[in-house]
Amino acid sequence: MRFLCIYKPSKPEGTPPTQEQMHAMGKLIAEDMKSGVLLATEGCLPSSKGARVRMANGKFVVTDGPFTEAKELVGGFALIQAKSKEEAIEHVKRFLKVAGEGETEVRQVYDADDIPAQS
Amino acid sequence: MVTATDTHRAIDAVWRIESPRLIAGLARITGDVGLAEDLAQDALVAALEQWPKSGIPDNPGAWLMTAGKRRAIDGFRKNQRVGRKHEELGRELIERELTVPDVAGALDDTIGDDLLRLVFIACHPVLSTDAQVALTLRLLGGLTTDEIARAYLVPEATIAQRIVRAKRTLTDKQIPFEVPRGKELETRLASVLAVVYLIFNEGYSATAGEDWLRPTLCEEALRLGRVLAELAPKEPEVHSLVALMEIQASRTKARVRPSGEPILLFDQKRELWDQLLIHRGIAALARAERVSPSWGPYRFQAEIAACHARARTPEETDWARIVELYSRLSAIAPSPIVELNRAVAVSMASGPSAGLQIVDELRSDGALKGYHLLPSVRGDLLKKLGRFDEAKLEFENAASMTRNVRERELLLERSRSCEKRAQDREAE
Repeated sequence: MRFLCIYKPSKPEGTPPTQEQMHAMGKLIAEDMKSGVLLATEGCLPSSKGARVRMANGKFVVTDGPFTEAKELVGGFALIQAKSKEEAIEHVKRFLKVAGEGETEVRQVYDADDIPAQS
Repeated sequence: MVTATDTHRAIDAVWRIESPRLIAGLARITGDVGLAEDLAQDALVAALEQWPKSGIPDNPGAWLMTAGKRRAIDGFRKNQRVGRKHEELGRELIERELTVPDVAGALDDTIGDDLLRLVFIACHPVLSTDAQVALTLRLLGGLTTDEIARAYLVPEATIAQRIVRAKRTLTDKQIPFEVPRGKELETRLASVLAVVYLIFNEGYSATAGEDWLRPTLCEEALRLGRVLAELAPKEPEVHSLVALMEIQASRTKARVRPSGEPILLFDQKRELWDQLLIHRGIAALARAERVSPSWGPYRFQAEIAACHARARTPEETDWARIVELYSRLSAIAPSPIVELNRAVAVSMASGPSAGLQIVDELRSDGALKGYHLLPSVRGDLLKKLGRFDEAKLEFENAASMTRNVRERELLLERSRSCEKRAQDREAE
C-alpha cells in the first residue's frame, strides 16, 4: 500500500531549519530510501512563490502567496510504501520527531485493486 | 481514546519495521539464525507486555535489541542454547553492555552488513528454492507463516514446517553468518536475485481482486530489491533487477480487466502506467550503467522493459533497439523463449514474414513443444500475412495447450475472428 503524507508544520513560515535539523532530516530520508519505504519526497519553497487556485460556480479565483495562516500551510509531502496504515503512522511519527511539531495528514492512495470496476 | 487493540496494532507495525534488523543483529552475535529469531520473538513478547503500560519507546529498535541481547545472556548463564559462538558471545555482550551505547552512529553500518548477511543466509544454496523463498519472506519481509501460506495457496503447516526445517538445516550444516566473497559472491548473489524475482513473479501473475496478499508479494519483492540495491550498491545486476521490477510493476493498473482477464501489452491503456515507478526503473538502470559497463541477463530484460515504458503508444516503440537487445541477450544467455521473443520483435521491426522465419525454425527444433505461446505467436504472424485458415488452426492449437481458462477464451476468440476473416474474403 502507498500513502501520501502531507506535512503542515506548527511553526510559522520562514523559520529556517538548524544545521542539526537539516543533517538529521537528510539522514532520515537516506535511511527510509534505503529501506524501500520512501518513494518520493519534496519540501515546499515559501508560499510567497506559490498560489491558490479556486474554482466555484464555474469561475476561477487565483490568490497569490504568501499565505499567512500558519495552520494550513503545507510544508512538504512524502509518498511512502507500507504494509498497513499502522506502519505508515509509525514512519510518520519518526519523521515528525525530526521535522518538528506539526501535523501530517496520512492518506492511502489508490492501487490497482481500489479502482472501481468499469461497467 | 487509545484502545488496547490500537496499541497492539502499533506495536505490530513497529515489529514489522524492526524485525529484520533485529534478527540480523542477533544472528551475528549468536551465529545462529534460528536462535536469533527465537530471541527476537522473546523481545517482542517483552514489548507486548511493557509497551502498553510505558508507551512505545523513542527508539523501539534499540529497545528490542537490548531485550534480545538480555535474553541471550540469560540463556548463556542458564547454559541453554547460545549459538555456536558462546564463548565470544559472553565476552562480546559484556563488553557491549559496558560501553556507552552509540545507537544512532556506530549501529548503522553494522546493521547494513548484518542485513546483507541475513539475505545471503536465507538464500543459501543448501536450502531448496521453496525454503529460500519462505525464509526470505519470513526473516526479511516480516510476513507471518499464515500470510506466506495464503500467498502461495498452501496450508500454513506446510510453510511452518518448511521454515523450521530450513533453520535446522542451517544450524546442522553450521552455515556461517557471513557475506560471501570473490567468485562465490557472484553465484550466491545470482540465487538471491532469483529468489527475489521469483517472489515478484508470484505476486505479478496473480489476478486483481483475489486475496490481498498477492500484490503484497510484488511490493515485498520490490522493497527487498530496493534494500539490496543500497546494501550492495556496486552490483550492477541488483540495480538491473530492481529496474525490471519497477517497470513491470508500473503496469499493474493496466494489466488486468476487472473480470480478471489479462490485457496484452499492446492493448493496455498506457495512461494507466505508473510514471513514478517507470522513472524509478529508468533511474535504477542508469545506476547499473554507472556501476559497470558489462551487461548481465537482468540488464537486458530491464532495457527491453524500458523500451516499452518509453513508448507512449505501441506504434512509437523502438523495435529496432528491442531486436538488437534480444540478439545480444541470446548471445550470452540463449534460450528458445528468448528466441521466440526475438521473433516477435523482428516481426514488428521488419514485418511478419521475417518473424515467421524464426518461429518456423523454432518449430522444427521442437524445443518449445507444448508451450502454448509458440502456436499463439505463429497464429498472430499468419493472420497478419492474411493466411487466415492456417492462423485459425494455430490459435485452436494454442487454446488446447493452455490450462488458463481466460487465456483459452482469448485464443478461441482469435481463432473465430480468423474464421470470419477467411469467410469474408471468400465472399468478396
